Amino acid sequence: MSRRSLLVLGLVLALTVGLFGNALAQEPQKGGTLVFGRGSDAVRLDPADVTDGESVKVITNVFEGLVKYKEGSTEVKPALATQWRVSDDGKVWEFKLREGVKFHDGSDFTADDVVFTFRRQMNEDHPYHKGDFAYWGYMYSMVESVEKINEYQVKITLSKPYAPFIYNLATFPSYIVSEEAMKEKGVEGFRTDPVGTGPFEFTNWEHGSTITLERFENYWGDNAYLDKVVFSVVPENTTRVMGLKGDDLDLIDGLGPQNIDSVRSDDNLKLLTQPGMNVGYLAMNNLKEPFDNKLVRRAINLAVDKEAIIEGAYKGTAEPAKNPLPPTLWGYNDEVEDYGHNPEKAKELLEKAGYPDGFSAELWYMSNPRPYMPNGKKVAQAVQSNLKEVGVDIELVTYDWGTYLEKTENAEHDMALLGWIGDNGDPDNFIYVLLDKDNTKKGSAGNIAFYRSDELHNILVQAQQTMGNRDQRAGLYKAAQHVIHEDAPWVPLSHVTKAMGSAQDVNGFVIHPTGGVYLQNTWIEQ
Amino acid sequence: MFRYIIKRLLYIIPVLLIMSFLIFGMVNLIPGDPAQIMLGQHVTEEALEAARERMGLNDPFMIRYGRFLTDIVQLDFGESLISKRPVTTVLSEKLPATIELTTFAMIYALIVGGLAGVISAWKQNTIFDYISITIALFGISMPIYWLGFMLILFFAVFLNILPTAGRLAAEIDPSVLKTNFFLIESLITGKWEIFRSAVKHIILPGIALGTIPMAIIARMTRSSLLDVLRQDYMRTARAKGLKFRDVFIHAIKNAAIPITTVFGMQFGRLMAGAVLTETVFAWPGMGKWLLDGILQRDFPVVIGATLTVAFLFVIVNLLTDLTYSLLDPRIKY
Repeated sequence: MSRRSLLVLGLVLALTVGLFGNALAQEPQKGGTLVFGRGSDAVRLDPADVTDGESVKVITNVFEGLVKYKEGSTEVKPALATQWRVSDDGKVWEFKLREGVKFHDGSDFTADDVVFTFRRQMNEDHPYHKGDFAYWGYMYSMVESVEKINEYQVKITLSKPYAPFIYNLATFPSYIVSEEAMKEKGVEGFRTDPVGTGPFEFTNWEHGSTITLERFENYWGDNAYLDKVVFSVVPENTTRVMGLKGDDLDLIDGLGPQNIDSVRSDDNLKLLTQPGMNVGYLAMNNLKEPFDNKLVRRAINLAVDKEAIIEGAYKGTAEPAKNPLPPTLWGYNDEVEDYGHNPEKAKELLEKAGYPDGFSAELWYMSNPRPYMPNGKKVAQAVQSNLKEVGVDIELVTYDWGTYLEKTENAEHDMALLGWIGDNGDPDNFIYVLLDKDNTKKGSAGNIAFYRSDELHNILVQAQQTMGNRDQRAGLYKAAQHVIHEDAPWVPLSHVTKAMGSAQDVNGFVIHPTGGVYLQNTWIEQ
Repeated sequence: MFRYIIKRLLYIIPVLLIMSFLIFGMVNLIPGDPAQIMLGQHVTEEALEAARERMGLNDPFMIRYGRFLTDIVQLDFGESLISKRPVTTVLSEKLPATIELTTFAMIYALIVGGLAGVISAWKQNTIFDYISITIALFGISMPIYWLGFMLILFFAVFLNILPTAGRLAAEIDPSVLKTNFFLIESLITGKWEIFRSAVKHIILPGIALGTIPMAIIARMTRSSLLDVLRQDYMRTARAKGLKFRDVFIHAIKNAAIPITTVFGMQFGRLMAGAVLTETVFAWPGMGKWLLDGILQRDFPVVIGATLTVAFLFVIVNLLTDLTYSLLDPRIKY
């Protein structure tokens, strides 16, 4: 063989190995421990009885619902149920359950577990109804009964037709718990030693420090790649970033605006972002003067400079909002044209509304950082100076978080900052919860603008009752956003981008649009 | 002496009783509804009301205080309103972490601070003295937050020889240990892998936490040693021909009383938890737990933690007093 052909052969060989090797490197690998750093510990691991995000991050990997979200989307797909059927009146939902599914304790998953999971939440005299079940009343109160048809079939009857129900079933409160395990451990025992059907099984909890999960080998679907996941509590944001840099952590949550650059600029780390399913807003109390006047509310919208607020108070880690829905959600209306920052026009409107010299009002803000608004005070100060330009004199007011919620739900504010993180990936969970007149009951209002529009209400109820046709529902929500834009009960401010950091060798992890942490497809290069 | 100890221990009862009333009253005065804080925004009024009822928040103050006192004499601090776990169980997890960290920090403070103080006094007004005093001043004025981050940055990120945070490496399963005294139990039972990991993890938070007491001890050691050395009997001893070294050794014992006082005070103070150190180094101790309890209006946690800290403080004070009699035979109880 000539030297030349040898060279060619060598090159071809090198190329093949290179390409093949590269392909191999992209192939997910089994094994390894992933250490996930987060700001605080879980509170409890009983899916029906949690409200905090940290508990949910663990729960979503240990449990599953009848349906679950598709990867990277808020659409649902079969999980513990393989098929479902809705009656014509939209009230009776029949689910065919997956056979051959095992719980982590080895027991079989059957219709009894589904019935148990729901009944212990809905029946106050159920022996296992121990807890607050905060989400039940708010997301499942339309459930009238849950019955077993046979070993692998259940029937859920609702009190009213409710299309978003299927999305609610993908959220954590309705994740199926093992009846046998709960009876054996008791509710107290189950809270700290949970048994589900998910891709990871719970093994240990060092309270305040770590929660350890291991791959569940008898999982009904594709097994997880990771041997072990350790959720590790590191309260300080900066320490978490340092832990990632120092190889102690593999994946971290809660990257604040001040830490993002430090992760982005490090070649050994990856910055993961996802437009958040959230909204930060300024609600104007429609029950009080002058905010009962549509012109005034529009003027306030025109006076606020969102771009500057996002640059200043969010350090660029958010998108300006023009609708109550985040743009990642189906049904988002991109045709709505935002009011834009136009102080001159705002003054004109105020004059037209009968306030040529402006007025004075209170603006309330949260004293603590929230995921949808990391610095309420800064946002409030920016709004204050924006409004001063148009002659509106603002006094800033704040309370501790509990009192703040209590008082705003009770309509004591003129204007208040607040926000929302979506629960189930359905537009109803934003628009109906936050702006429908049904939710303006003083003392427990989700709609703290106390905006009561019959036009909007009719659209939203129609959307709830439109079964099985998402396009039609999306059309209704688009119309709803038009109505809201015209009436301007809020100044929609921001949609915060969720940011996480990981080591370079962590692959396959994608932040879910709901903000959820699903680790089944995550793998580490060995 | 025995009677004295019993008497001091009995004094603890009224102290704790008064404290319990004050704390119970104070946490009830803080605005904010614990039920609302726990359940957040996504909740109905009915669920809120049910939670208030379950937490016993609807009962009058004195009834709640009475119920709380009856439980407390049986050493039952109740359940955390948030996690619903018994406070005594959580206490048994947090307290060992705090005791280990505090003890390590105080040993470091005593050795380094004591040594620096002795060198300063021995070589007064020399370069050694100036260096020691500068270090002490630096230690006192250093913000723990900043010091913690610098330690992590240098040792955990740059040199990568120590871990950033936590009590044990993530790969280690701590459930093989029976108590939460990771360092002490692994040492006694010879579980060396755990012991090595525990030692590595305690070094940085220990140094961060011990730096202020170290500086205080250094200054106190120096000044009280210099005080003693200026006493007449010391001058007499020198005049009689004793070497400075021998005189100095005697002086140390005589200067030990104020140092012990400072040591005891600092020890007690650190036992109350070290919120900053615990936060920076993700150390699951009493301080952060208590702070979270206050922020979440988790009354049983706040009361349980505060009373335990008060109890420990009194015990540390008692031990300090007893140490005086060991150091100075003239002190008798």
